[in-house]
Amino acid sequence: MKRIGVFVCHCGINIAETVDVKRVAEEVLKMPGVVYTQDYIYMCSDPGQALVRKKIKEEKLDAVIIAACSPNLHESTFRAAAEEAGLNPWQCEIANIREQCSWIHSNRKKATEKAIKIVGTIVEKSRLNESLEPIPVLIKKKALVIGGGIAGIQSALDIADSGYKVILVEKESSIGGHMAQLSETFPTLDCSQCILTPKMVAAGKHQNIELMTYSEIEEVSGYVGNFNVKIRRKAPFVDWDKCTGCGLCMEKCPAKVPSVFDRELTTHGAIYVPFPQAVPNKPVIDKDSCIYFKTGKCRLCEKVCEINAIDFEQEDRFVEEEIGAIIVATGYDTLPIVDLAEYGAGDIPDVIDGLAFERLLSASGPTVGEVKRPSDGMVPKEVVFVQCAGSRDPERYRPYCSKICCMYTTKHALLYKHRVHDGQPYIFYIDIRTGGKGYEEFYHNAEEEEGIIYLRGKVAKIFRDGDKTVVWGTDTLTGRNVEIEADLVVLATAVIPTDSTAELVKKLRIQTGPNGFLAEAHPKLRPVESINSGFFLAGAAQGPKDIPETVAQASAAACKVISLFSRDHLEQDPAIAWVDEDLCNGCQTCVPVCPYDAREYDEEKNIVIVNEALCEGCGSCVAACPSGATQMRNLSDSQIKSMITASLGGK
Amino acid sequence: MSENMGLAPPRNPPIKLTRKKVRAGFKKRVIELSGQPVDACYQCGNCSSGCPLAQEMSILPNRIIRLVQLGQKDDIIHNDTIWICASCFQCTVRCPKGIDIQAVMDTLRQIALEEGVDHFGPDQIDPEHAAEVPQPGLVGVYRKLST
Repeated sequence: MKRIGVFVCHCGINIAETVDVKRVAEEVLKMPGVVYTQDYIYMCSDPGQALVRKKIKEEKLDAVIIAACSPNLHESTFRAAAEEAGLNPWQCEIANIREQCSWIHSNRKKATEKAIKIVGTIVEKSRLNESLEPIPVLIKKKALVIGGGIAGIQSALDIADSGYKVILVEKESSIGGHMAQLSETFPTLDCSQCILTPKMVAAGKHQNIELMTYSEIEEVSGYVGNFNVKIRRKAPFVDWDKCTGCGLCMEKCPAKVPSVFDRELTTHGAIYVPFPQAVPNKPVIDKDSCIYFKTGKCRLCEKVCEINAIDFEQEDRFVEEEIGAIIVATGYDTLPIVDLAEYGAGDIPDVIDGLAFERLLSASGPTVGEVKRPSDGMVPKEVVFVQCAGSRDPERYRPYCSKICCMYTTKHALLYKHRVHDGQPYIFYIDIRTGGKGYEEFYHNAEEEEGIIYLRGKVAKIFRDGDKTVVWGTDTLTGRNVEIEADLVVLATAVIPTDSTAELVKKLRIQTGPNGFLAEAHPKLRPVESINSGFFLAGAAQGPKDIPETVAQASAAACKVISLFSRDHLEQDPAIAWVDEDLCNGCQTCVPVCPYDAREYDEEKNIVIVNEALCEGCGSCVAACPSGATQMRNLSDSQIKSMITASLGGK
Repeated sequence: MSENMGLAPPRNPPIKLTRKKVRAGFKKRVIELSGQPVDACYQCGNCSSGCPLAQEMSILPNRIIRLVQLGQKDDIIHNDTIWICASCFQCTVRCPKGIDIQAVMDTLRQIALEEGVDHFGPDQIDPEHAAEVPQPGLVGVYRKLST
């Protein structure tokens, strides 16, 4: 019989106050197979671990059980200690008598009885545990970054700089994302494009980065270290290898298409590049707007292109890539104004959103940085900014804080004042949240020195009264309602996940949270990883965040990828499902229940095998298997049965 | 909005804000006379919470500053708060933004008097009491609290 040692932790008073740890040690010593028990104040401390190592050798233990906190916390600590003393790590088990016992009970006598039973179940499990070896998995050292905004660009650059290959996929024809649309950036007011374009150019020219713009993820299979990714290269109808980016086609195109980049404040042709600093600076033809595609006549672009780069026959292409790790950096959108009925639902021309105002402020925007309102080009003198337009409104819109609006609205008001000295900005807010380096100072400067009027209250209604745009709000600081006849209203619309996020996460098999943003593995300790191994998160796709935070997270995600790639192979936990080939009859009940696509039907043998690299050991297939052919390593049916017996007090 | 058709004027009409109101006129004059950066006030309320006479005021001191920020002269000069203020400097000493609130209160009293708003007139004192108050005291009160 195995010689089992049990070590009972006091965890200071965390356990010892509610559980009589000495009695647990005494009682457990009576259990069959247990040859040594000891309690200690902090098992996880260096002397605690040394005690385990010493006793493994002295008592010639075949297995150890640490009765302490959750295995999430210190399983790896004690398995490493056991391994140092010459034990197979899978012969070390944790009995959780803290989170599942002392912390949730107050009756010392009953809690002690329960703790004894908990340890008893693990003793039963330990008796039948096999020694296991980790499963080595090779890693393809090439990363995929999805999304070419500042997050994706930063991640790609960091990985590429460390010597690994990166594919940067972007659905638009140019990288740059929303940051390329911004005028100046808070709190230092650097010109957004001036600080972004060097990074765009660097990403475009980096020998380790392959840009795939105007492309989308079609299909992803495989697992960490070994993903197979199919990418759709959308047809631009322009041969990008030939095109020199001279722009003649764009000048001559007779179609008028509202510019998404300029928030529809301007138009461009059906053949276009979204903005002059685009990387790559190659045009695409918008098939839905192209006169030739709609009517069969025109082809003017083809006629003016001297190098014959226009190709109306082009079709979408598909490329397949082998990838080791994937960073998802798909960014954000903003709540459309049409959704906000009380703010005019988009019918009032001089009620615009923050990104449109960015374009009005931008030196490269439709008004070359002069603030002119969309309806008649007048320079607005009374400008109202409305924060929380759709944010912090759990009943009707979005429950969360969009986080960036307090700062960008202050920036908007400030930049407006710098351009229109006799104009007056007003900002309606619920709370001003300016946590961040230099942010509070930025806000106070705006309030004190720039004469921006902050009004504490949510705007109830914006409506037309003749040729006036009237804003009805309140100021809870005076206890009075406020009415302003505005020349221009700018809504800080809620930051929302992009439309394509829901579809993409299905393809990637990763999770989103309740608001549709990508879910991280742990909100504090694993903020840039998805629950699913091999997927990392960067930027506003994971939740609203500003540029400094986005860049920090993007570099953190890149660092995780680099750390993964720095190993020759991965070690997969072997405590996963396995199949008794003699028992399996190939019924495939297990295939749909597996959340990780780890069960694969083998036609030749007529059995369903376990892909060991994909299996996370959740046990779904074990429970579903009607013939008992699927078992979990070190958690077999017989182990579970004897654990249940022990937990019920039986022998 | 303005057509009330025989109804009494609204008791709590909305403040109609214009750039003139929040930059010129009354507000500008308060800033000039007091020399205080009233826009620096972020409404923490420290002036009110420490004010020993706050319990007697119908509008707390922080809200007086807020009304100045929005140029609401009438709301302020017809209110008792500026007269109840004892100029004890508690608010001035505690203001985290360095605004001398007492100086603003002084300025507001000055403007109220300029506008002919008497807080205290001869008809408001009971003749019996008047007989008991020393004459210099009465003169002092009239000087401070009326035009």
